[in-house]
Amino acid sequence: MPGNGNERRTGQEIRFRLNGVERSVPLRPDRNLLYVVREELGLTGTKYGCGEGECGACKVLVDGVATRACKTPIGEVAGRSVTTIEGLANGLDLHPVQRAFLEAGAFQCGFCTPGMIIAAVSLLQRVPAPNEAEVRAAMDGNLCRCGGYLRILEAVERASRLARSPSGRIR
Amino acid sequence: MSGTAPLPFDLLPPTERPYFDRLGPGLVAVLPPSRPGPGGWGRGGPPHGGAWVHVGEDGKARAFSGKVEVGQGTRTALSLIVAEELRLPLESVELTMGDTDLCPWDMGTFGSRSMPDAAEHLRKAGAAARSVLREMAADRFGVAVESVELADGRARVRGRDVASSMQYGDLVRGLRRVEVVSPSATPTPPSEWTRAGHAALDAGARDVVTGQRRYTSDLSVPGMLHGKILFPPTLGARLRKVDLSRAQAIPGVTAIHEGELIAVAAPDLLTALAARKAIRAEWESPAQPSESEIVAYLRAHPAEGEDFWDVVHHATGDVRAAFASAPISLRETYTTAYIAHVPLETHAVLASWDAGRLTVHVGTQTPFRARDALADAFGIPPSSVHVIVPPTGSGFGGKHAAELTRDVACLAKAAGRPVRVVFSREEEFTQAYFRPLAVVDIRSAMEKDGTITAWQFEVLNAGSAAASLPYRVPNQKIDNQPADSPLAQASYRALAASANNFARESHIDELAERVGADPVEFRLRQLADDRVAAVLRAVAERAGWVARPRPNRRGAGRGAGIAVGLEKGGRVATFAEVEVHEDRALELVRIVTGFECGAIVHPTNLRNQVEGAAVMALGGALFEAVHFEGGRILNPRLSEYRVPRFRDVPPIEVVLVDRRDLPSQGGGETPLIAVAPAIASAIYDATGSRLRSLPLTPFGTVP
Repeated sequence: MPGNGNERRTGQEIRFRLNGVERSVPLRPDRNLLYVVREELGLTGTKYGCGEGECGACKVLVDGVATRACKTPIGEVAGRSVTTIEGLANGLDLHPVQRAFLEAGAFQCGFCTPGMIIAAVSLLQRVPAPNEAEVRAAMDGNLCRCGGYLRILEAVERASRLARSPSGRIR
Repeated sequence: MSGTAPLPFDLLPPTERPYFDRLGPGLVAVLPPSRPGPGGWGRGGPPHGGAWVHVGEDGKARAFSGKVEVGQGTRTALSLIVAEELRLPLESVELTMGDTDLCPWDMGTFGSRSMPDAAEHLRKAGAAARSVLREMAADRFGVAVESVELADGRARVRGRDVASSMQYGDLVRGLRRVEVVSPSATPTPPSEWTRAGHAALDAGARDVVTGQRRYTSDLSVPGMLHGKILFPPTLGARLRKVDLSRAQAIPGVTAIHEGELIAVAAPDLLTALAARKAIRAEWESPAQPSESEIVAYLRAHPAEGEDFWDVVHHATGDVRAAFASAPISLRETYTTAYIAHVPLETHAVLASWDAGRLTVHVGTQTPFRARDALADAFGIPPSSVHVIVPPTGSGFGGKHAAELTRDVACLAKAAGRPVRVVFSREEEFTQAYFRPLAVVDIRSAMEKDGTITAWQFEVLNAGSAAASLPYRVPNQKIDNQPADSPLAQASYRALAASANNFARESHIDELAERVGADPVEFRLRQLADDRVAAVLRAVAERAGWVARPRPNRRGAGRGAGIAVGLEKGGRVATFAEVEVHEDRALELVRIVTGFECGAIVHPTNLRNQVEGAAVMALGGALFEAVHFEGGRILNPRLSEYRVPRFRDVPPIEVVLVDRRDLPSQGGGETPLIAVAPAIASAIYDATGSRLRSLPLTPFGTVP
């Protein structure tokens, strides 16, 4: 039976990089990465949607790969690099995927957007110029209940062109 | 006590509100409420709390609306309206929504009323403010009002150069003027719009893509506790006994049992979960009808109407006589399942008490109703309750109820600390309410030439929206019968309209086939509304509709269907093409959907709404259904309740008909209602299987 969180301290700490900054948190078996990021480290851009890895709202990059934070025990990120939606932009310069989502107006309520953007960043790092079927397949684990899927496909396509354009602009 | 707490603006007379203490000096234009307070529907539409716009020394306009933004895009649409009237760039308009201390009283954000009501009120307030600014500028410049031109936040004398112009901020410097808007204020006609009616990016988009937008579930305040509620294990279960002692023994935990509420609060969520688990409770579960017998159960349990679940009886002509003499008649029953809203952000509430005043952050669609409910529950005046609606991760009609808000406030009071409760997904499925299951019985009669002569329509348990007939039929009888639903049910995006439109349009298709008529031609011949006919023609043309007097019914292959709808002032037509594979697997090939809602205020957003509506509707049409047994929800998880994903969404072509000559209507709901019948008709065309129950293909194949 899970007791009071305070009783479960193992005394061990784990270290990982979060948005480029070295962090150290207590290693507790009942904490997943989503809980640590949102509740303990106060980064609320990563969202809770289902807690069972079905909606993708909690996706973060772990060593560059989109990962469902709600299914990731905190111990698994020891020594690794985690990037949340807050860590994507370089100062005021938005990441091309963020820019594309903004310019394409690819959100309605916006709650799924951080997870969508993380999934798209991960895909474009692997496949810089995906076709539509590849985007759909790679992002099928991300839900948008507002039904903005076609606008999101447009945004990912736009991001792909932005990222590959030397000027960072597209016609 | 709360001697210094500000009185909510809506509880003060329009000219006596402390506008300038809160907003700084400037000009306020205020449209008075339709009546002093909340009440019944007046003659000129629903009651409203008016509108106000403040133009400040920074040259910006601050506008206020009691409507809320839950992702449907009205924030930007309403801001565009204000920008238009005040001749300001969109960035110079700040719109506050759903804050009960500052915003006009509002009955709630539902029924597609934001455009016809809130936008109209803001247009008038904006127009009045513009006219005062113009008069003030004329005074300053020493010219006639007609010579003054307002553009981009500046006033100037027509013909003179920009250098001699004056910013709004300078015009209103030091001013504390309240202008009461006359109901006859004349806003800019849509045909002259330069900002409204044009593409715009949503305000706050940057916060969304950077993860900075803070939803209720993201908020925390110093000293905040995390709450969890212990819910009954089955529907209607009664508490036999409860023992909180093991929960209370956990350090930092507050555990309460007040009325029907059993809840805990703890410094962190995991401790709260552990504390809830430590409560010993015994329940008595009454017998509940099962899913397999639900239609018979609802038929056997009619209920009195209440609220918008009104009993509606409408009759013209003599259906009985028409049925007796008709050469062709048809009688069929159509049903829809209970479905869930599944807002991606689950219900969340943050409540805190300060010197007897309650502040609640909650993603509710009815903030003023929540304020009144809270005031009632705690025996305090409404002025002692402040409801704030932060950005909300969608609602779809699912975020109306005030119970959770009250429960969290109760927990915060007992704990003496602010408390936040965020539903788990399972709680969202089991503790929120559903879209009602609908049973629609239709009986119709027709001449041999296809003229419909009688129409008898009885809807059970869903409501009357879109039950009225957009076709010319001389003898009609339309009845809406509420029922005693075992599952909690209430508002849903296009709730009854989806069911009633599915039934009616499916039935129309069946009638067309009986007389060998093309479904488009059959409808055009009998439609009583030119605007519906125009949208149907536009969609048929865009889709490349080929006249089809007889469905193909080959058992497999391609099929096409089309349906129309008229509801909440909007006109919709949807075309669907499907492919049914040899193994009966269904594939949506494409959707073309046309929509007309008068003058379009925010075209980019309307397109998103229409497209999103098609996606949401295809979930309910094809596979969404809540399963239940013995008072338990059997599929309260996203792994078990399927909502549309990328793979489910076909190409969707949107045809928007912009009628600048007609008042703007809402666009969030009506675009859903023709999707299911169009798909059902396409499946019939391909296979010959006439499916009369939603969801049509719960297992992905055509039954």
